[in-house]
Amino acid sequence: MLWVEIGISVVKIALVLFVVLTLVAYLSYAERRISAFIQDRLGPNRVGPFGLLQPIADGLKFIFKEDIIPEGANKPFYILAPAFSLVTAIIALAVIPIGYGFNTTFFGNLNEPIHVSLQIADINAGLLYVLAITSLGVYGIVLGGWSSNSKYSLLGGIRSAAQMISYELSLGLSIIGVIAIAGSLRLYDIIDAQAKVWFLIPQCLGFLVFMVSSFAETNRLPFDLPEAEPELVAGYHTEYSSMKFAMFYMAEYTNMITASALAVCLFLGGWFPLPFGGWFGIDIEKYWYLPPIVFIAKVFLMLFFFIWVRWTLPRFRYDQLMRLGWKVLFPLAVLNLIVTSAIIVFV
Amino acid sequence: MVSYINLLIFFCLVLLFAVGTLVLSKLVRYIDPNVNPVKVATYECGEDPVGDARIRFPVSFYLIALIFVLFDVEAAFLFPWILSLSKLGLLAFIEMLIFLTILFLGWFYAFKKGDLKWERQ
Repeated sequence: MLWVEIGISVVKIALVLFVVLTLVAYLSYAERRISAFIQDRLGPNRVGPFGLLQPIADGLKFIFKEDIIPEGANKPFYILAPAFSLVTAIIALAVIPIGYGFNTTFFGNLNEPIHVSLQIADINAGLLYVLAITSLGVYGIVLGGWSSNSKYSLLGGIRSAAQMISYELSLGLSIIGVIAIAGSLRLYDIIDAQAKVWFLIPQCLGFLVFMVSSFAETNRLPFDLPEAEPELVAGYHTEYSSMKFAMFYMAEYTNMITASALAVCLFLGGWFPLPFGGWFGIDIEKYWYLPPIVFIAKVFLMLFFFIWVRWTLPRFRYDQLMRLGWKVLFPLAVLNLIVTSAIIVFV
Repeated sequence: MVSYINLLIFFCLVLLFAVGTLVLSKLVRYIDPNVNPVKVATYECGEDPVGDARIRFPVSFYLIALIFVLFDVEAAFLFPWILSLSKLGLLAFIEMLIFLTILFLGWFYAFKKGDLKWERQ
């Protein structure tokens, strides 16, 4: 019995890994295509139909490219930093549930169906796990920036660390309102608590703080100061080339997926299609594949939003970024927390 | 328990993927037989690199890190509190209000001292 469960887990894990890596590859394609359409260009359209094989060509090129390790670089850290970034980025996805799961009698006993949940690890402190793992991501960036032995990289890494810890605070505080209403740290329970109404509506202030902080946490424009091209060349990955550069890139896109999935879980109702009314009496036991479809569609919309924002807004200045984080978002998050807890106690 | 085993398997597979990719690219990539020293020189927009790369950076970054440690530890107390708030009721709410007031005073102090200000002289 245990072995069957572990077997199912291994299949699920392989599937998740495959889907995430493919998604990351095609996100880079989507980003280039969408940015091209926004700027009235064509974008990559030569490799395969509509350029759809572009990510594969990119991947092959990354693998075969010559690798340059700059002189004076701290070699062990220089090599490990991109791997560390990528690993921490991917394992954060382990606790995201995408549906209720289904029962199967495929393995052996017909009278005892095995329940297959649609997440890798159902941890009761799932939200804390995501927060903890995503905040580890800063180490990869700082190590990469420091070990490159380049001034641009070092400044990019330091900036990134300061930015990420500043916004992590408001990110953590903005989530507390959601936990207060759901009464659980388990992501499954948090989504299930949104059957009547999405948390977006009672927690709109929290959602605002959460979204701004997510953009800063994932180093996306308008907050991509760590890699601001006009000032720092490419920030912490200035000296990186070939596969190591690609791994930093993949880590960045994986972080985007995590942020989108987390936003969908916490505020946008997870697998519930509309802000009100749950499933409208549809038999979810029977149509178990509907929740994952809704969930993934929402994640795609969020990813599109990330890309859309990047190619629409200009970049902040660093002092504006810090001011926004500490003097606007942090007080707002505390205010949201006090109001929510007051409502819970008095109503 | 099974969840944590799954997590461990996931972690190992991801680690294997990351290390495997590095090893694979090491095996198949092009290796320059005679590397030009200019090629591996630190990138400074085409100029010869000046001085040490581990430069001094503004003290504000350290201050931000210190303030973060303070506030993050305090924020960690809020998670167990909010989960048991509905059971503990009014007393816990008032206690946390006092706690948040102290937190706010600390924030206000840092604000007044100019620690959150970036454009210092």
